[in-house]
Amino acid sequence: METVRDRVIAIIAEQAVLEPSDVELTHSLEDLGIDSLGLVESIFAIEEAFDISVPFNANDPAASAFDISSVAAIVKAVEGLVKEQS
Amino acid sequence: MKRVVITGAGTINALGHNVPDTLAAMREGRCGIGPLDIRDVDRLAVKIGGQVRDYDEATHFNRQQTALYDRFTQFTLIAAEEAVAQSGLKFTGELSATSGVVLGTAGGGVNTWDENYRNVYEAGKNRVHPFVVPKLMNNAAASHLSMEYNLKGPSFSVATACASSNHAMGQAFWMIRSGMARAMLTGGSEAMLCFGGVKAWEGLRVMSKEACRPFSLGRSGMVQGEGAGVFVFEERGHAVKRGADILAEVVGFAMSSDASDIVMPSKQGAARAISAAVADARVAPESVGYINAHGTGTAANDKTECAAVADAFGAHADDLMISSTKSMHGHLIGGTGAVELLACIMALRDGVVAPTIGYEEPDPECALDVVPNVAREAKVDVALSNAFAFGGLNAVLALRAA
Repeated sequence: METVRDRVIAIIAEQAVLEPSDVELTHSLEDLGIDSLGLVESIFAIEEAFDISVPFNANDPAASAFDISSVAAIVKAVEGLVKEQS
Repeated sequence: MKRVVITGAGTINALGHNVPDTLAAMREGRCGIGPLDIRDVDRLAVKIGGQVRDYDEATHFNRQQTALYDRFTQFTLIAAEEAVAQSGLKFTGELSATSGVVLGTAGGGVNTWDENYRNVYEAGKNRVHPFVVPKLMNNAAASHLSMEYNLKGPSFSVATACASSNHAMGQAFWMIRSGMARAMLTGGSEAMLCFGGVKAWEGLRVMSKEACRPFSLGRSGMVQGEGAGVFVFEERGHAVKRGADILAEVVGFAMSSDASDIVMPSKQGAARAISAAVADARVAPESVGYINAHGTGTAANDKTECAAVADAFGAHADDLMISSTKSMHGHLIGGTGAVELLACIMALRDGVVAPTIGYEEPDPECALDVVPNVAREAKVDVALSNAFAFGGLNAVLALRAA
């Protein structure tokens, strides 16, 4: 079965126009060339894919409860939300 | 070149249903933003807005009229009635032929789109009211003003998102200045506070769920508003000759395009529009005492706008006042510049500068005098009104005391 990690990586890879195999857990979104618009789109895609609501305000991403500092952080945050909101 | 003056002003917005009530609210620093009272609000993540309260269309318009007037057109007609009455103008003969209407709106009849999509998609109806198209079109408000006041000169609508009203008023100004028109009704209107209109903005993730706090550290984004502002712009000689009360003179206008990003603002684009408006007005930059900021309350706009003002004015940026009245009436999108021009007129005419309310803590990236929380008495000779739209389209007006 496809894990949360695989699906999040697939979403991020699509946004970055990369193959999922090129996305490392240690990458930041900046490393992958994803800008603020790309980030908002990725979060939308994640919400749709997992049917969850992601607490994120584009005005001040750092202040949001949702950690976007790396691919690993995003995967972890989504895993938490899926568990919490299921 | 002809000189252009303002001889009438009208509005309806979250702060009041006319100009005196709106200016009183701005003086008191009153907030018009509150819980949204719209259908399906429980399905929205953003539940606040600067809504026009205590409004019943039936007290202003009959059944035949409401069948044709979307909420944005209704707001326009109400604001125009106040403006034209104040100006004392009657548009007949030669004046009628040389007077027109230029109005800004970003969305036009959004409520009409929303209601009719509900009917055909949600309710499964296969028939819509015959006037859906003439009700929702962006130029409906301009056309109804033209008909209502017999304005037969150049008339059209402008849609440049959040700069629509300023672009519209700039065109009206240039038409009179060039001698092409004698008088113009101008300004703008927006009525997007319906389920679809708010849901679309929610998607961008820049909306605040609590308040609009421009320039304040920890601000959480923008808040939508609704309403209209309409002005009578008139050739100065014509106004003086008939002894009209002149509210202010429009002295300059400039536009620029960032040519860079569809949503992120650019300091250079904004600064170029500000400097060009001051140059067009042929006033010294040091004579500008007040700027009504675009001041949306987003992280991106506010720091970019402050940097642009600092660039355009140099050391004088620290001496002028800049406030965002969106903190009180919300962001009227395509109508915002029109309502905000009222704050410029109040500064020039009454010597009262409207505050930026909801201000909590200084942001080092917005280190200008933003007139926090309390209105200020000051003599202002020249005022600017900034508008910077999504899509990177900037429009700045310059006004001088009459």
